Amino acid sequence: MKAFRNILPPLIPFVAITAAMEFLVRGGFIRSYLLPAPSAVFLAIWENWGELAQAMLKTSASAMAGFALSTFTGIAAAVLLSSSRWVQKAFYPYAVFFQTVPVIAIAPLLVIWFGYGMQTVIASAFVVSIFPVIANTLSGILSTDPALRDLFRLYGATPAMTLFKLRFPAALPQIFTGLRVAAGLAVIGAIVGEFIGGGGLGSVVDVARTQQRVDKVFAAVLLASLLGLALFGLINLISGITLRRWHASEQSL
Amino acid sequence: MADTAVNAAVRPGVALRLEGVRRVFEDSLHNQFVVIAGMDLRIEAGEFLAVLGPSGCGKSTLLRMIARLDQPNSGRIVTESEKGGREPEGDRAQTAFVFQDAHLLPWRNVLDNAALPLELMGVAKPERREKALAALGQVNLLEAVDRYPAQLSGGMRMRVSLARALVTEPRLLLLDEPFAALDEITRFHLDVQLRELWRSRRMTVIFVTHSISEAAFLANRAVVLSRRGGAIKLDRIIELPEERTNELRADPRLGQEMKLLLGAIEE
Repeated sequence: MKAFRNILPPLIPFVAITAAMEFLVRGGFIRSYLLPAPSAVFLAIWENWGELAQAMLKTSASAMAGFALSTFTGIAAAVLLSSSRWVQKAFYPYAVFFQTVPVIAIAPLLVIWFGYGMQTVIASAFVVSIFPVIANTLSGILSTDPALRDLFRLYGATPAMTLFKLRFPAALPQIFTGLRVAAGLAVIGAIVGEFIGGGGLGSVVDVARTQQRVDKVFAAVLLASLLGLALFGLINLISGITLRRWHASEQSL
Repeated sequence: MADTAVNAAVRPGVALRLEGVRRVFEDSLHNQFVVIAGMDLRIEAGEFLAVLGPSGCGKSTLLRMIARLDQPNSGRIVTESEKGGREPEGDRAQTAFVFQDAHLLPWRNVLDNAALPLELMGVAKPERREKALAALGQVNLLEAVDRYPAQLSGGMRMRVSLARALVTEPRLLLLDEPFAALDEITRFHLDVQLRELWRSRRMTVIFVTHSISEAAFLANRAVVLSRRGGAIKLDRIIELPEERTNELRADPRLGQEMKLLLGAIEE
């Protein structure tokens, strides 16, 4: 019943917009080579399921590999940055700069470095998704409750103890916020990587575009969005399980 | 309460001497604020001292300096040994601090929160557990050891915080407006509980508050600080019975003490 009440509101605009698009395209108000009818998109998914499913699997493998890489290196980098104010001042500006580099512009460079194939795609997913992990982890680690830091000092805790028993666990809610953003970005990074490095849904989009198959482009885009959504949902689930016990108490920390 | 008290008075309270303690803060524009202008104060071993004063009078700063979480710009704070000499430092277990809010670790259950100080000091797990259970017993929380802070009421969280402070059997207990965020009924209960804990353990207690009634009700001695510079405006022995129960709250003697403290604050 509760699930139904949560699903119903977003379902209404979905049905309404799909129906309106179907009507506009079938009625000839919009040309179908610009915007395919929703039925045509679903038909394209049905007819090309084998190819699309395989592409989706490949994209999700690359996206997840890139995401896992940025999770580990991002958290490790944030811990290093948090270790001293000097290190932070020296290196954090470069992390910010790194984020502003458009992935689409460096994708050709990635191909030169890693060649055609999955490595390039993973590298692209990694490059776009690492920054939110670093930024959120760092801000989480640095915003530890001062009273608790005092408490740890009072009992002579070592910096390592303070990091592992206080700063890092206290930063978990913010780390998960970063991971949620990073998960969506990793899928985008993988698709962009595939435009140039080849393979997966990115290739499907690129090839279908040259064949004027707008329905197939839409089909691939739709599946890519679903992939991002699934990854986002997975992180939400893990975060929910991890933080289950202390959710309500975040404000009283 | 009294019957659950264990190891009564195993570690006597410490005596402290503050000599010309001065603390000045500087903001980003280099404006200087004299929080404590130069304080001389002797705190006897096993004393229950209330430090009373308006917000911003330097009470918390004083407490942090006594806990050695902050250093005075000049002057010194000496811990005296029983023989009258200076005590060696570095005994982590001897000082405990209770904050205005409970400040528990939300990812740990009540038992592990109470055992935290011992864990940080490197005490082995079985001993940690035993001592944490004893401390939780003293604040009547044994039925909640497996629960998480999010599942507790404000008063229960504060009791966990108190147990966490007691777990090392401290000789000096510092409390910074510990019950200020609680409702009055819960506060009344915790006041009585804290007083009983002190009676059974006889550690030195320094209790910072801006509640006149709480200071008079709890302490054996009250010090009133001025709004600026933390000058001592009144230093008084509270003349009330050793045992403080809630009946005392309506006692005219308590009213008399409160009147004196209020007079010193408004002076």
